[in-house]
Amino acid sequence: MSAEASTDRREFLKDSGKWILLTGAATLAWDFVVEGAPEQAPNYRASDHWWGMIIDIEKCIGCGNCVRACKAENGVPMTDDAFRTWVERYVVMPDEPEKPIVESPNGGYDGFADLKQYGDGAKVFFVPKICNHCAHSPCVQVCPVGATFESPDGVVLVDQTRCLGCRYCVQACPYGCRYIDPRTETVDKCTLCYHRITKGLTTACCETCPTAARQLVDLKDPKDPIHEFMRTHKVNVLKPQMATGAKAYYNGLDGAVR
Amino acid sequence: MSRGIRNYEHVLRMAGLFGTGIVVFLILRWVMVPSDFGVYGFYRAGALKDVAARPIAFAGHDSCAECHGEIVDQRKGTKHEHVNCESCHGPLATHASGDVMKPGKPDLKTVCTPCHKKMDGRPKSQPQVDFKEHSGDAVCTDCHKPHSPKIQQ
Amino acid sequence: MHGVQGFMYPNELELQWSILIVLYPYLTGLVAGAFILASLERVFNVAAVKPTYRLALLTALAFLIVAPLPLQMHLGHPERSWEMYVTPHTTSAMAMFGFVYLWYLMVVLVLEIWLDYRKEIVLTWRSSTGLKKLLYGAMALWSDNISPEALALDHKLGGILTVIGIPSAFMLHGYVGFIFGSIKANPWWSTPLMPIVFLFSAIVSGIAAVMLIYMATCKMRGKKIDMLCVDTIAKYLYYAFIVDFTLEMLDLIHRLYVADESLMALDFMVKTKLFVSQIVIQIILGTLVPLALLASVQLLRWSAETRKVIYATCGMLIMVGIFAMRWNVVIGGQLFSKSFLGYTTYKLDFATKEGLLPALLFLIMPLAILWVLLKLLPPWEDDHSHAGEIRHGSTTGV
Repeated sequence: MSAEASTDRREFLKDSGKWILLTGAATLAWDFVVEGAPEQAPNYRASDHWWGMIIDIEKCIGCGNCVRACKAENGVPMTDDAFRTWVERYVVMPDEPEKPIVESPNGGYDGFADLKQYGDGAKVFFVPKICNHCAHSPCVQVCPVGATFESPDGVVLVDQTRCLGCRYCVQACPYGCRYIDPRTETVDKCTLCYHRITKGLTTACCETCPTAARQLVDLKDPKDPIHEFMRTHKVNVLKPQMATGAKAYYNGLDGAVR
Repeated sequence: MSRGIRNYEHVLRMAGLFGTGIVVFLILRWVMVPSDFGVYGFYRAGALKDVAARPIAFAGHDSCAECHGEIVDQRKGTKHEHVNCESCHGPLATHASGDVMKPGKPDLKTVCTPCHKKMDGRPKSQPQVDFKEHSGDAVCTDCHKPHSPKIQQ
Repeated sequence: MHGVQGFMYPNELELQWSILIVLYPYLTGLVAGAFILASLERVFNVAAVKPTYRLALLTALAFLIVAPLPLQMHLGHPERSWEMYVTPHTTSAMAMFGFVYLWYLMVVLVLEIWLDYRKEIVLTWRSSTGLKKLLYGAMALWSDNISPEALALDHKLGGILTVIGIPSAFMLHGYVGFIFGSIKANPWWSTPLMPIVFLFSAIVSGIAAVMLIYMATCKMRGKKIDMLCVDTIAKYLYYAFIVDFTLEMLDLIHRLYVADESLMALDFMVKTKLFVSQIVIQIILGTLVPLALLASVQLLRWSAETRKVIYATCGMLIMVGIFAMRWNVVIGGQLFSKSFLGYTTYKLDFATKEGLLPALLFLIMPLAILWVLLKLLPPWEDDHSHAGEIRHGSTTGV
């Protein structure tokens, strides 16, 4: 081997080594940069999204798929007093519209029993409930230590490493969507399947809803069906008088619904 | 006058105690607040990653279509076309990722009940029957194929 | 299983805030009330209540020391409560707890007690030996100047602190009322009157507590009760109670008159679940009876013996009645569903983390601490049995 060739080879090896090192370093540096960022999947930018949900009462058949799927996807305690989403059945009698008879047996996890006792006069329907991921959330307002917050993409989340378990947020939520997880002694709630939606999937409850009564929506996406939906349906939120900026939009929300 | 200072020396000592307390507090505060706190709002930014790190249980219908294209075709145009696979088959992310090759089949005696049992409150457009009246003790799949449920006459 | 009637949202079946959360406003209320009584003499120059000045301050301190303990016991993660100091969320009323508490404890109470007792502390330091000498030396911050000029300075500073202490006491207890009053989700709590109602019932309970403790300690020490003192205290108790009662009635009447959606649920609840604790204990026994008795003292001329019995009875009824008021607010507010369609029950266990036993211990603990404080810093004006020690040539206060 001539002296020049061996020098070239040495140069080549040195250069390659340098490139490999630099790429490795750059990768590490990039990871470090990405470390503090809310981007979860390589192409996910939180500021591009503003999440909400459409719930169409006229389509809900009360099958309970959503309740079961949520508990399975998110490891929610299987007790009857901890739900991230649940389904209520309303029976509104024609002569007493202000006093609906409501039930939610085990949150609707096992479906509902056949009723047949109210005759044809009663109006019966199902109302799925979920955390409304309020834009002006009273629960975020009252947390003393910043353990619950609204993410840049509009999802109200809980920081499990900081929650004290003081339960002030549970008191402040007008919709009853927070609970204490006895395993961690902290507050927990619907995360809008944040671990799924940041990877391009839909929430577990929407995925398993057989009639598309529940749909995840992205209010910042101009192509999202929510915009047309709002234009063509009579849409409401729960307890609008509380002005919480709720982002769970209901179609067919009867006045009797609490 | 030293006499004068002597008269409020005890106040100065107490003030010193308070001052030390405040300094200690500020130091502790500097040490204890997580470095990524307050980046996006009044919370620890790392919490977003923590929540998003949860393992996935439901693979999502797009995942199923990658391998089971023939079932997707079967279901086109049927009443169940828009009922996602995992509504009946349960969470299958471990199967889609290849960890679990043979997930169990749904229990044919009970899988149809949650949606099709006759029940007050369901919209009339939803097909629902009293199972005993409709088919006695027979299993639904004796007559209805789940992936194209309409019975061909 | 959960004792539910009607419909409750599934996550509402269990109560979130237990008897320990009832205790916290009760204890801080006693602190604020005792301090207001002490300030009557110091700031408003009501000389008649002088015998209770130091006693009231020590009572306030004893209760303040215990006050955060029920909260810590209740938290899911008490080891994280320091987060309220380093990252307090300024939109949350609860976040100010740490600072308000610390301010009140150190700046208002501890400083004021120190300034008022400094002469006795230094004298005890000088005349004792061993461990006791070390303890009192530390309390004096090893500064032994008790010249008239130094004491005059102490007195002036103490006066300023008391003036600062009055709004601080309002803050200490008022923010607790705001914690409840600002929850728009709960109509039983949500009213701008809540901080004020809390504050005045705090003043009533604090004054009653100091009055009872004064009478009890006199009895235990075999000393004569200063009737002018207790008569004056009872008079201020009466005035405070009238304001408190008026405010609570205003809230109730307003609710009944406006009769909005929540009234249906609340009305039923008051008539059933809260009947004993609200109507019987809080209103009749805890408010109307003591008010009538105190009014009778203002209007008629009872003998000193009768008045003592009346004051003791009123004091005890008030202590129970104000506790019932806290109970009705905290527990009552969680017994009905936010859907207004149902009710649940509160199951009070005995020997659990948030049961009756720890609650009772937290009620007794301040008295035990007070006993220790009374030994360390005796407030008695008429005690000449320790000549050469505490009261050596003293003309306490002026």
